[in-house]
Amino acid sequence: MNTDLQIGAGGKLQHLLTIEGLPPEILLQILDTARSFVSVTEREVKKVPLLRGKAIFNLFFEPSTRTRTTFEIAAKRLSADVVNLNIATSSQTKGETLLDTVANLTAMHADMFIVRHGESGAAHLIARNVGPHIHVINAGDGRHAHPTQALLDMFTIRHYKGGFNDLRVAIVGDILHSRVARSEIHALTTLGVPEVRVIGPRTLLPRQVQNLGVQVFHDMEAGLKDVDVVMMLRLQHERMNGSLLPSAGEFFKSYGLTPEKLARAKPDAIVMHPGPMNRGVEIDSAVADGRQSVILAQVTFGIAVRMAVMGILAGN
Amino acid sequence: MTLPDAEDLIAKLAEQIRRDAGPRVALVGIYTGGVWIAERLHQMLGLSTPMGTIDVAFYRDDYKRTGLRAGVRPSDIPFQVEDADIILVDDVLYTGRTIRAALNEIFDYGRPTSIRLAALVDRGGRQLPICPQFVGAEVEIASDQTIELRRDQSGRFNLTLIAGST
Repeated sequence: MNTDLQIGAGGKLQHLLTIEGLPPEILLQILDTARSFVSVTEREVKKVPLLRGKAIFNLFFEPSTRTRTTFEIAAKRLSADVVNLNIATSSQTKGETLLDTVANLTAMHADMFIVRHGESGAAHLIARNVGPHIHVINAGDGRHAHPTQALLDMFTIRHYKGGFNDLRVAIVGDILHSRVARSEIHALTTLGVPEVRVIGPRTLLPRQVQNLGVQVFHDMEAGLKDVDVVMMLRLQHERMNGSLLPSAGEFFKSYGLTPEKLARAKPDAIVMHPGPMNRGVEIDSAVADGRQSVILAQVTFGIAVRMAVMGILAGN
Repeated sequence: MTLPDAEDLIAKLAEQIRRDAGPRVALVGIYTGGVWIAERLHQMLGLSTPMGTIDVAFYRDDYKRTGLRAGVRPSDIPFQVEDADIILVDDVLYTGRTIRAALNEIFDYGRPTSIRLAALVDRGGRQLPICPQFVGAEVEIASDQTIELRRDQSGRFNLTLIAGST
């Protein structure tokens, strides 16, 4: 999918639809700006007046708690007005098309849409059909992309590891169905991480995944050896048609992150997970709640990163 | 025209602040030049309260025209703003819009007892009712010119006049 749609005149970001094709300068601008928003969230008044008078619509066609809530908090901390639409229970079920919904909300003077949709390309479709003053953020489309998750993960890595240039990062689990994994790989390689590994069973790795510039491992113990960052993925039962896996229990045995497997990584390696976690399926509770886990920090940083994305987009 | 020597002006500012402000006073510098001067003043005055730094990017009134620039720095006020006596420090005071933004930001940290303003150079041209209490020098220049504070490798400051495009 093209990136011209997201970068407008003068190289400014108009929409955030995918990490793929974005230059490192834009990713770094978002991460730097997010750092300033972290300091805002530590104050007595956790709000800035930047987006006062702007109307932001959260359009969620798929269920989400964490992503929708952190976008909502982020928008409110920027002083925007936020409207949440849970479309599964709304007019889409009455037969209104996606673009009709968007046209109606635009008539209500929307300034920004945050879109989560089960179909890949939904946010792109909206971005192509809105006026130049309206900005679109992809909050997850099908198996394609989840750019703000990747950005908050990059922020988390930079926070704990200080940079990207000498890191070894492993992404583990269901890569095939994961829009998060795709966005992570693009972000990590764009920011100059020299070694990105993907670890998973053949049935859950996309064909030609190595063309994205990653090393492929099917054996988790070998794949985790000496890594600095372990990024676990959720096993996506709901996106699986047919039998790609024998059982969740079998999956845990081979690819679940236990303290024993984590011991293969560097002693100061951090463990990340985009949530929601399936404890005992892809991650052991002892690791999820352990000292190397930064999973809750990811959630907190997610607010600042989403404030940065919205703040930059709305001003462009 | 010749601009005054920045080092002399900092010494003048320090003297004024030493005379009028108590030892409890807290400095807040506005990025970038104001932070440099506040650091120097903090050291010269031997203040015990750690100094704060502010980047007013999230409070500017021209966001709708210019958006967010790259290179925003985190604001950091490491002291209790509630009931504090604050001196806000900037390098060049002009329209007063940056000061307005900084005042709003400080109040989001708490309610200070007082805020006074120190500027190395006051070039006039105010567009808001803002008035400095401590001033290094008043300078008159054309509206299309700007004054920039620079710091050389040895840490010495100097003022440079940048001509307009016409």
